[in-house]
Amino acid sequence: MTEHHDYQGAKMGMWIFLFTEILLFGGLFVLFAVTFQRYPTEFHEASKLLDVTMGTTNTVVLITSSLCAALSIVALQRGERKRSEMLIGLTILLACCFLVIKYFEWSAKFHHGIYPGSTEIADWAPGKQAYFALYYAMTGLHGIHVIIGMAVLGWVWWLIRREKCTPDHFVALENAGLYWHLVDLIWIYLFPLYYLIT
Amino acid sequence: MNETNTNHHGPGYGLFIGVWAALMVLTCITVVVSGIDLDFLNVLVAMSVATTKALLVVMFFMHLKYENTTLKLMVLVAFVILAIFIGFTFFDTAYR
Repeated sequence: MTEHHDYQGAKMGMWIFLFTEILLFGGLFVLFAVTFQRYPTEFHEASKLLDVTMGTTNTVVLITSSLCAALSIVALQRGERKRSEMLIGLTILLACCFLVIKYFEWSAKFHHGIYPGSTEIADWAPGKQAYFALYYAMTGLHGIHVIIGMAVLGWVWWLIRREKCTPDHFVALENAGLYWHLVDLIWIYLFPLYYLIT
Repeated sequence: MNETNTNHHGPGYGLFIGVWAALMVLTCITVVVSGIDLDFLNVLVAMSVATTKALLVVMFFMHLKYENTTLKLMVLVAFVILAIFIGFTFFDTAYR
């Protein structure tokens, strides 16, 4: 018996799901834009408190992980199963790096009492408070997406090992890759908006 | 649909590494430019660089360049809807 696979359909379904993700983050980006327009000076001031070096490092880490995900598809298509597996592993490892850096960033801020509802920022101007509320909401939601992406990539890694994701049937890897690139795509906008508008 | 037909689409390792290099250069540019005080232009430059980077990711890493017209149009429509969403919100907030 031959199994029926709709390659184009599977990919299109993934894209439709990604559109809902774009609209989810889109709503938050609109909120950011409108609040930024209302409190431009407060946003500039608050943004100076973020560590640009850490933000830039995370951008490099995430873009490199995206490259590894893209390369693993090429490897699998060429039948280089081991290399494909290794590249997926590297993608997950870089995702881990991203989260560790994010953890240090957040905990440093928490240590200085900068988090929504803290007594420390109660006297701050409303715009500055709004900046950090949005910062935690958006990078937090993005962080959840990183964790989900790691789980999905881990699952595909296992499929490749078990030869259930093969050079003839690699749509699982391709769709996991699409999800991972979306996570990268969102960070590409979060990075300049939060770190570089000083 | 026969899957083996779609097996050999898309570029090789070299092109993706080239795209990655371009993304790295653009990241450097956006960080350096943010250090120079250009007032409102700073936001414009940062967003233009981000959009160029996003286009590179969507076109090459996400293979959109190699997809059929239907999928390309779908992605275009999704982003147009997002632009309308953002644009109309600003009509509202900018004139009150």
